[in-house]
Amino acid sequence: MAPRYQNRIELLQGTLDLLILQTLQWGPQHGYGISQHIRANSGEILQVDTGSLYPALHRLERQKWISADWKVSENKQRVRVYRLTATGKKQLLSERSRWEQLSDAIAGVLSPSKREGQA
Amino acid sequence: MKFPRDRDRKQDHLHDELQSHLQMAASDHIERGETAEHAQQSARREFGNVALVEQVTRDQWGWRWLEEFLQDLRYAARMLRNNPGFALVAVLTLALGIGANTAIFSVVNSVLLNPLPYPHAEQLVTLHESKPNFEFGSISFPNFRDWRKDNHTFSSMAISRRFAFSLTGLGEAEQLPGRFISSDFFSTVGVNPLLGRSLAAGEDEIGAAPVALISAGFWKRKFGSSSDVLGKSLTLDGGNYTVVGVVPANFDLFLRSFELAEVYVPIGQWKNPLLPERGSGLGIHGIARLKAGVSIDQARADMGDITRNLAAAFPKDNKGIGASVVPLRQEMLGDVQPILLVLFAAVAFVLLIACVNVANLLLARSTGRTHEFAIRAALGAGQGRILRQLLTESILLALAGGALGLALAWWGTQGALKHLPADLPRAAAIGLDARVLIFTAVISLAAGLLFGLAPALRTREPELQKTLKERGRGTSNTRHRAQSVFVVVEMAMALVLLIGAGLMIRTMAHLWTVNPGFNPQNLLTFNMSLPPSMTSANPDAVRAAVRDLDAKMAATPGVQAMSETWGALPLSWDDEKLFWLEGQPKPASQNEMSWALDYIVEPGYLQTMGIPLQRGRFFTPQDNEHAPHVVVIDDVFARKYFGDQDPLGRGIMLNTMRAEIVGVVGHVNQWGLDSDDTQQLRAQLYVPCMQMPDAFFSLVPGGISFLVRATNTTAGLLDAIRATSRQMSSQQVIYGAQTMDHIISDSLAARRFSMILLGVFAALALILSSVGIYGVISYLVGQRTQEIGIRVALGARRWDVLQLILRHSVKMAVLGVVIGIAASLALTRLMAKMLYGVSASDPITFVAVAAVLLFVALAASYIPARRAMRVDPIVALRYE
Repeated sequence: MAPRYQNRIELLQGTLDLLILQTLQWGPQHGYGISQHIRANSGEILQVDTGSLYPALHRLERQKWISADWKVSENKQRVRVYRLTATGKKQLLSERSRWEQLSDAIAGVLSPSKREGQA
Repeated sequence: MKFPRDRDRKQDHLHDELQSHLQMAASDHIERGETAEHAQQSARREFGNVALVEQVTRDQWGWRWLEEFLQDLRYAARMLRNNPGFALVAVLTLALGIGANTAIFSVVNSVLLNPLPYPHAEQLVTLHESKPNFEFGSISFPNFRDWRKDNHTFSSMAISRRFAFSLTGLGEAEQLPGRFISSDFFSTVGVNPLLGRSLAAGEDEIGAAPVALISAGFWKRKFGSSSDVLGKSLTLDGGNYTVVGVVPANFDLFLRSFELAEVYVPIGQWKNPLLPERGSGLGIHGIARLKAGVSIDQARADMGDITRNLAAAFPKDNKGIGASVVPLRQEMLGDVQPILLVLFAAVAFVLLIACVNVANLLLARSTGRTHEFAIRAALGAGQGRILRQLLTESILLALAGGALGLALAWWGTQGALKHLPADLPRAAAIGLDARVLIFTAVISLAAGLLFGLAPALRTREPELQKTLKERGRGTSNTRHRAQSVFVVVEMAMALVLLIGAGLMIRTMAHLWTVNPGFNPQNLLTFNMSLPPSMTSANPDAVRAAVRDLDAKMAATPGVQAMSETWGALPLSWDDEKLFWLEGQPKPASQNEMSWALDYIVEPGYLQTMGIPLQRGRFFTPQDNEHAPHVVVIDDVFARKYFGDQDPLGRGIMLNTMRAEIVGVVGHVNQWGLDSDDTQQLRAQLYVPCMQMPDAFFSLVPGGISFLVRATNTTAGLLDAIRATSRQMSSQQVIYGAQTMDHIISDSLAARRFSMILLGVFAALALILSSVGIYGVISYLVGQRTQEIGIRVALGARRWDVLQLILRHSVKMAVLGVVIGIAASLALTRLMAKMLYGVSASDPITFVAVAAVLLFVALAASYIPARRAMRVDPIVALRYE
């Protein structure tokens, strides 16, 4: 149990939104599925706290970037499924490019030698 | 509003969503080989606090404020339910304060605030002739016609005068309250007839065809509201009048001098021979409408020009005569406005005291709850959140108090309306309308904020750890300082109210001891009109009828003495005569003559009224139309015009008639118990009615006033008198009967009303503030039980303990009294107009009231102080 908490990385403000939108790009998904997907695809490093996930889902829904429907899952369970809307897709693109700029910038700061070498 | 249902549904959905998450997580764990029970636990552990997740998710919906508000409200309601004693005291206290405010506001609202029910009421003014002696004299008909013709500032102008008509030929004969009006009377006010038409121009001239408008009430009573009333004929004082219109039921000018009439007749129909005379004063007053955009000052300047021109053109009658122009609203409100404002201020004080008391209660409770707040803060509740919750509690209290107060106010105004002074304009309209409800809601909320804020702000110094350790005893010092400040403020405000009430009580006591100059007990007054056939009788026949009435009335069982009377009647209406002293040259104009109040009476008048005869004699039956003319004067007249000389045997000139002064009697308060000494016109002149000129007797059948002294009691006397009158003629009408005691009592009604209300408010304030001081001292004793126990154990005597406790309350009370006296000195000046015989800073009232307040404060703190005296040191030391 303990190592998992050590590996856990606090998500930057706004990053969770990006991850949710990105996850939903592959198709509609419920909250549990989204959290599992993020965890699996981050190599178990990103643990999405439910106390952050659900408020984020409901906020994105209010902003009309995602929409939600009740569906019945394979094991006959009523689940609330979120899908990306058209505005959500646009938002995803702009968030992605912003994230890429940010990570480039951070990478540049963290590895100055490489950058100098390039220059 | 749809969101609450929506919100519930959404909340259910969120719950389902999170449950499905948990189940899916649990199934995953089972797939990984865990037992079902274990899987559930793991899923829950990974998930975290479900309720918290639900809450933070709900926050995203944007309804957090509402959510928290409802939560606070539920919590507040629960707190109050769990402390029913506290809730009851607080709500009742507030209900009294808010209820009293609502009641007074409903009066202020309908009397002062509601607009008058006429179009552009602000343009309406009343008109009077200003004469050297009085500002608001009556207007003569010829002068009015010139004013109407020559003015440039009024869009219309009218006059009217009350009159009582005898109605015959339509059921039983009756006395009908009527009014002579000029053509523009209704159009000036802005009232359109319900049916038919108003008067046409020129219809008010002397000699025009006799027409009449009738009131809606009369129309319903006599004609069943039938529309064919137009063109019908009414017999008034024996003359036939054609009905041309019906006046709406709600028509009223709301002036003290304006009685509602049942018939309105053109003024030119008045048979009074003085009507066409420019110098006559016949009780005619005017109403006029300013042209749009014309100020009252412009109108006054305009009227000044007109009256100066008239004075130049008719110096004999009009020299020194001007015009008074008074806004209708001002004339209507008169003295009522300051009285209402004083009462409103007083009642606001009561509410403030109630607020302070409840704030004190909350403060006491908030100390007990410091621990609770500390725990909540430790669990993560923000400062603002706790503050908001406390305010929700106080506002809930205030609203409950407001609702109860509204009920009290409704019930109270219904009761109080019966005791309202007769001269409160528009009293009938007093009630709870939308504006009153809004007022109540607003003052309730304001009160809730006011008394909730102080204790709420106090909890903003959390010192968490200290509080949690001390279990709520920590901040007692600052708290009891705040409480003591509250009590001092309360005491000061209660003192102001008590002084106000004390001054009114002293005023009333003074007024009751004022000698009106006559004996009002067992004295009855009423009016009578003779049968219409008498209106055309010759003067001798009328004299005979008057003598016959005298004989029959005097012989009625229960009558000790009586007199018929015309002219002025003390405390009821006035009448004036011009005269000059014999031996002086005849003044060139009326305005250089002197005025006296004149009483046209019979020999029995002095005995009936119980006025003392000071010198000479009063009238006898021999002072009749054949005897030399005589008059009697009062001592004010004697002093003013004869000084030290003996007035007996001297002559005065009344018009061209010479009369000899045969007696001097005591002065009678004509103008009221309170204001008689300050009036300019006080000299009184008595004239025997039989010596009046013939013209006078043509008016006698229209109305005679009677004064009757009962042998034992006035109860039942009127019935006997009615019986006597019926035996004489069924067409003789008796109306307007009142006892003199009642007239005097009525003249004091406004003051008595304010005295009672101020007294009630002051009593309320006294009770509330003594509860306040009791609460503080009780708390203090509770806090110091341990200390007192130690003191007693160390040998302090009971007396020392008592002193210890009382010293604090005396300090608060004295401070309150000092501040209160300073405030009273500033505030009671506002009520100087309502006072009589005491100054606004009357030392006796101030000292007595301060003593009462100190005594009550001591008595209220003695009860808890006694508890302190009985503290058992063993128990006290073991405590905690």
